[in-house]
Amino acid sequence: MNAYNFAYLDEQTKRMIRRAILKGLAIPGYQVPFASREMPMPYGWGTGGVQVTAATLTPDDTFKVIDQGADDTTNAVSIRKFFERTAGVATTEDTGKATIIQTRHRIPETPLTEGQILVYQVPIPEPLRFLEPSEVETRKMHSLEEYGLMHVKLYEDISKHGAIATSYAYPVKVEDRYVMDPSPIPKFDNPKLSNCPAIQLFGAGREQRIYALPPYTRVVSLDFEDHPFDPSKADHCCDLCGSGESYLDEVIVDDDGGRMFVCSDTDYCRARRAAGHMGAQGVPYEEGAA
Amino acid sequence: MISPLLNVRSVSKYYGTRIGCENVSFDLYPGEVMGIVGESGSGKSTLLNCLAGHLPPDSGEVFFDTRTNGPRDTLTMSEPERRMLGRTDWAFVHQHARDGLRMGVSAGGNVGERLMAVGARHYGNIRAQAVDWLGRVEIAADRMDDRPDAFSGGMQQRLQIARNLVTGPRLVFMDEPTGGLDVSVQARLLDLLRGLVREMGLSAIIVTHDLAVVRLLADRLMVMKDGHVVEAGLTDQVLDDPQHGYTQLLVSSVLQV
Repeated sequence: MNAYNFAYLDEQTKRMIRRAILKGLAIPGYQVPFASREMPMPYGWGTGGVQVTAATLTPDDTFKVIDQGADDTTNAVSIRKFFERTAGVATTEDTGKATIIQTRHRIPETPLTEGQILVYQVPIPEPLRFLEPSEVETRKMHSLEEYGLMHVKLYEDISKHGAIATSYAYPVKVEDRYVMDPSPIPKFDNPKLSNCPAIQLFGAGREQRIYALPPYTRVVSLDFEDHPFDPSKADHCCDLCGSGESYLDEVIVDDDGGRMFVCSDTDYCRARRAAGHMGAQGVPYEEGAA
Repeated sequence: MISPLLNVRSVSKYYGTRIGCENVSFDLYPGEVMGIVGESGSGKSTLLNCLAGHLPPDSGEVFFDTRTNGPRDTLTMSEPERRMLGRTDWAFVHQHARDGLRMGVSAGGNVGERLMAVGARHYGNIRAQAVDWLGRVEIAADRMDDRPDAFSGGMQQRLQIARNLVTGPRLVFMDEPTGGLDVSVQARLLDLLRGLVREMGLSAIIVTHDLAVVRLLADRLMVMKDGHVVEAGLTDQVLDDPQHGYTQLLVSSVLQV
């Protein structure tokens, strides 16, 4: 094939990462330290997710990468190319056909199924980090289940903004035990974390942590009794496909205040348009057109 | 016969071959305020940190009369239990408010943290209690969303006290609570502390080098020198009729205005 070992990393490294993944799956939400490797891309570009993907990929897999929901942005394209070259696996943009999906900051709109693996890229795995700078202390807080501090952050949100203003990386509690950072996905996606049939793996390369949610794990977003969790999104429908359920990006289209709202999940939007749905500014779908 | 709230038996702490504090024993009864005075380096802060579980002593026992299980040795209990005590029945007021507060979190959040740490999850209730406690320490309700770094030293210290007392502790450790404040602010703080201690029936251990503080607040007094307790007794008795040479020196060193 080429000079690389299958999926770039050597077999011993993949073995080490798999052990961390298995431990993570055994203790849902627990951050497992692992010996993160230098990857041929900068930190912040998904080095953690790439290593997890490399360790889980088999030659029979079909691989999909999304970046903020899109299949065609720089990060997604470069990681997809990376595994096309180093693993020679089949790639797809179709969520339903993929067996491994590496994602940055979104969960696909199309419901995931058993047998699929969703790999998240995580910048800061520690949900308590910005409140408690000491790693020794945060580890102790996790081990003793002292999570009052997480609510102090939500309290501060309400006292400043009148509502919980945290809109992404919204902290969750896994199976009534570990408080976990779901990576910077919008809080709109938080409900999809819970009771998901697919395996969800989280990799943080720079911070050297892996954590995981096995299929059908209960994940609850933290809130107050009188300020319940609200998975909000822009109050519009997609201007291309007309969907009222998907998470939307706001796109500025000219200098005169013109804007449109489009699905952040490009595959979901394309599939809906191919099926004949059309939004307010949409045009009839043509195969191969952008 | 009332049983003591805190029963300290020959606590010793060494830093290598140097003595931190040696063979300290005393009882503290519910509602009683104990003062510990002595010069810098006499071991009073070491002793306080040993009692509050911040430092492990080298020998000795510290029995605390817990609400559910009666007297328990806090040095041998598990860490989760000790930390639970630390945010429910115990409170620790640091000399520097910055050590005891979260400077990046609003005053209301600082007071609410202990409530949330023991499971409060209703924003309205947490906020109402925070307003109530800020009022008790004379911080206006319109300052509750300001950060502590926008507060004066005296206000920070009062905020720290509110934050500590909000969960209704039974034992308060104070390490030089009036240190670094000017005298008029000190006087107000002492007045406030005296009121709270009497009103809530708190037991307290106050470490200070300021004899005026113990004269006002403490029922009993221990004088420490070089890691040893050299004299103990009722506050007025010790201050008015000091027996040990060092206590006599200490009392006579106070400047008269």
